Amino acid sequence: MNKGRRKFLGYLLKGAAGSLYWVLPMPVKVPLQLPGILRDEKYDPEAHEYVFLVDINRCIGCGSCCVADKREYQVPDGQYRTWVERYLIAEGGEVYVDSPKGALKGYPEPREIDKPIRDAFFVPKLCNMCEEPSCVQVCPVGATFKTDDGFVLIDYKRCIGCSYCVQACPYGVRFIHKERRTADKCTWCYHRVRRGLLPACVNACPTGARKFGDLRDENSEVAQILKSSEPLGVLKPDMGTKPRLKYLHLRQEVI
Amino acid sequence: MSGLVEGFVFPNEHHIHWSLMIVTYPYITGIIAGAFIVSSLYHVFHVKALKPVSRFALVFALAFGFCCTWPLLNHLGRPERCFNIMLTPHPTSAMAGFGFIYSAYMVVLLLEILFLYRGVFAKLLPQTTGFKATLYRLLTFGNQDLSPATLQFDHKVTSWLALIGIPMACILHGYVGFIFGSVKAVEWWSTPLMPIIFLLSACVSGISGIILGYLFVHWVKGRAVDEECLSSLVKYLWGFLIIDVVFELLEVGVHAYLRKESWHHLHELLFGPLYVSFWVMQVFIFSFIPLVVLGVLSLANVRGKALQYLSAISSIMLLIQVYCMRWNVVVGGQMMSKSGRGFVFYHPEFFEKEGILPTIIILIAPIIILFVLSKIFPLWLGTEEVKTYKK
Repeated sequence: MNKGRRKFLGYLLKGAAGSLYWVLPMPVKVPLQLPGILRDEKYDPEAHEYVFLVDINRCIGCGSCCVADKREYQVPDGQYRTWVERYLIAEGGEVYVDSPKGALKGYPEPREIDKPIRDAFFVPKLCNMCEEPSCVQVCPVGATFKTDDGFVLIDYKRCIGCSYCVQACPYGVRFIHKERRTADKCTWCYHRVRRGLLPACVNACPTGARKFGDLRDENSEVAQILKSSEPLGVLKPDMGTKPRLKYLHLRQEVI
Repeated sequence: MSGLVEGFVFPNEHHIHWSLMIVTYPYITGIIAGAFIVSSLYHVFHVKALKPVSRFALVFALAFGFCCTWPLLNHLGRPERCFNIMLTPHPTSAMAGFGFIYSAYMVVLLLEILFLYRGVFAKLLPQTTGFKATLYRLLTFGNQDLSPATLQFDHKVTSWLALIGIPMACILHGYVGFIFGSVKAVEWWSTPLMPIIFLLSACVSGISGIILGYLFVHWVKGRAVDEECLSSLVKYLWGFLIIDVVFELLEVGVHAYLRKESWHHLHELLFGPLYVSFWVMQVFIFSFIPLVVLGVLSLANVRGKALQYLSAISSIMLLIQVYCMRWNVVVGGQMMSKSGRGFVFYHPEFFEKEGILPTIIILIAPIIILFVLSKIFPLWLGTEEVKTYKK
């Protein structure tokens, strides 16, 4: 074989190998969204205190969060890890709430009500990640548990699907997964958070109505808001569950 | 399973999770506990009049005991993992105790029955042949001694087991009430009265079951009914029913008088979707009518056919009353949306997994098991009543 041809074949092989680099899927480095969590460093769960904030005044009811959530987890139809409710409050104080398909398709049509409306807003709902979770208390097999960094999670391999946690949750966020036949609920995207990423719904929210962060990080938006005089509230405080999910500008009509 | 809704309910609430199966489960445990208490009235409290049903009541409890877990297993999403409840029990969960309480109760019940029947089996052995004889030999654990000292020992052990069994039967069922009463998220359930109501209605359904079973067998076999025994059962049934109805109404009364935020939602439920099954059926038809009938039977000391027929009708009505009560508690609580703004309706289908047909099967199975058990355990004979024949 002459030298030229050998060289040519060599280039050809290298070129083919090179182009494979662009074709084969390679691990993609996603930029960190949560400061302080590095993939290579050992994660210390006790060094974090996560909070989820929902700013009701910012939510436009587009349903992007619900779509992102359904995609992230392949949530079966008719079951919801997160949803958005539409509240209309008439001047006389009557409250009208709806959440068609959990707002998966948003709210393209206005709701017709014959009375003058004094307030209208959207309320995204998800797991409250209670500090004193009643679901963890009642689980007979210990399949639902609380992590050191404050997440309430489910061990799908241990859950027997008795639905006691579904009954015990005051917020209606739990359900029995149709295919898995175990309990399921929102996890605040624990698998993403541990990699330094924001929960899928927070990532998808176009208005910043959903906020997530570490309270131990003083510069985080959530820490700043919690330190400020902004009006914050939790759902059903009388249940004594101490939710970590907090609402900004929460109206008293919201249950 | 997905029902209609009224008003606004949270999106995950369109489906009632605790179905007919969970209505049936406390119904069965209630019958077990009630029947056991009838038997203990004789074995521990020496109510002599109840002697004719004391053995029947125990075997009756055993037959229902065998089927107690069926509705639960049919309801679980992952029944193959059911033993997790005993392998990895979660100490803070009210439900985690089920496996242990149920197993311990069944052990006590079985032991009591074996000690109670040892003498009977020993006496029957000489006149028995074939498989039954082998079974009797097994069930006496090879001890066919009929000396007075051994029989006395059997009696002593039976009494002690019956004594231990009373709190265990109460725990088995009272704890089911606790499972509901301790759910703070459901306003209709979360009251400390719940375990008490469950226990009292358990006694009502248990005694009703015994009366009905006793009369049915005696009618079919053409035997004479012991009126003293039946009359005592009727009096106990009346007594338990009075306390039961009082507590059931007290519960609603407390909710109504407290008038907390939850009452307004509960009021809508009780006078809306639950009106017929609660007020009309559970309270007016199936509580008040038996209350009056049993009162007349007890106070006027009615005897004869009237006592038999009226007590049978009252028992049937009370068995329905207790089922209504279980339905109204279990399903009623879930009908109220946690949104406080709506209701979910539940109409079980006939053929679905947790529907009406499986419920009928689960409720008939104990009666078939009882029939089979009656072939082994003579239900109406006492040790001293068994005639011994020499081969």
